[in-house]
Amino acid sequence: MTKNDSSDRERIRALMMAALDGEISPLEERELDAATSGSPELGAEWRRLARVKEITSEMTLKNPPEELWERYWVSVYSRAERGIAWTLLSAGAIVLIAYGLWHAVGELLADVTVPALVRVAIVAVLTGGAILLLSVARERLVMWRRDPYSKEIVR
Amino acid sequence: MEQQAGVAVARDVTVEDGVLIRRAQGGDAAAFGRLVERYMRRAYFAALSLVGTREDALDLSQEAFVRAFRARRTIDPERPFYAWLYQILRRLCFNFLRDRRNRRRQLESAGNWLAEEAAQRLEAGPERALERAEAKRRVAAAIERLPAREREVLALKEFEGLTYREIAVLAGIPLGTVMSRLYSARQRLADALEER
Repeated sequence: MTKNDSSDRERIRALMMAALDGEISPLEERELDAATSGSPELGAEWRRLARVKEITSEMTLKNPPEELWERYWVSVYSRAERGIAWTLLSAGAIVLIAYGLWHAVGELLADVTVPALVRVAIVAVLTGGAILLLSVARERLVMWRRDPYSKEIVR
Repeated sequence: MEQQAGVAVARDVTVEDGVLIRRAQGGDAAAFGRLVERYMRRAYFAALSLVGTREDALDLSQEAFVRAFRARRTIDPERPFYAWLYQILRRLCFNFLRDRRNRRRQLESAGNWLAEEAAQRLEAGPERALERAEAKRRVAAAIERLPAREREVLALKEFEGLTYREIAVLAGIPLGTVMSRLYSARQRLADALEER
C-alpha cells in the first residue's frame, strides 16, 4: 500500500464516521458513495459500521430513581463538608500522635531501667515506619508521574 | 433519548454559569448548588457511560462536584463550567477504570447501565426482536471492553449526542483524533457483532 492509498483510506474512514453521525457535506457524501460503490472492500466495511451505528443509536442509558436527583446536591455538600472535617481531624490527630510518640519514645529511651532489647525494638519500629511511609509516598509520586491519563487533563 | 432531556436544558446556559461561579467564589454555597443541579444529570450519565455501574457513576460524579467545590476559587467564570468539571470527572473515571479490581466488578455487571427495552419492537416479530436484543447485548459487552479513551468518545457521541467539535473540546483532543477513535471503537463493536 502506498502512502497515498493509506491517506485516501484514512480520509474515506473519516468520511464514513462523518456520514454515520450526520456531519457530512453533500460533496463529501458523493465522494463517499463513489468510494464505497467502487470498492467491494470499502462497501462491506461501510455496511458493517452502519449496522453498529444502527444498534448504538437505539441504546439509551438507564435512568436512576428520581429521588436520587433530589438528594444529589445535599450529598455533594455533605461530602465536601465531611472532607474538610476529615482533613482537620487527620491533621490534628497526626500532630497529637507525633507529639505523644516523640515524648513517649524520648522518655523510654532515656529510662535506664528499660531493657536494651526493648529500646532496640522501639528504634526498629520507628525506622520501619519511616521507611514504609517514604516508600508509599515515593510509589504514589511515581504512579502519579506515569499516569497515562494525566497528560490529557487540561485545567 | 431519556438522558438527553437533561443535557439539552444544561447546554445553553454558560452566561448564567459565570454569575453563579462568581457568587460561589464569594462564599454562596447555594449558588454552587444551582450549578450542581444544572449539571448533575449530565455528569452522572457521562460517568455511567464510562464506568458502567450506577453506584460508581453516582459516586464518581458526586466526587467530581466535591473536588470542583473545593477548588471553586480557581474556576474561570468566563469559561464553560461543564468543560472544566468534565476534566475532573474524566480523570476520576479513567483512574477508576484503570484499577483492576474495579474493572472486574464492572464486567460482572455487563449491560446493566443500559435502559431495558422489554417490549422491544415486538411488532417486528419475536425472532427479529430476539436477534436485535442479542445484537445489543453483544455491543454493550463490547463497549465495556473498549479502551477508556475510545469508550469516552463513543459515549459522548452516542449517549450525549455531541458534535465532533464539542467532543474535541471536552476531551481536549484534535478533531481528527475524535474521528479516528470513533472509527476504531466502531470497528471493535462490529467485530464483536460478527463473533460466533
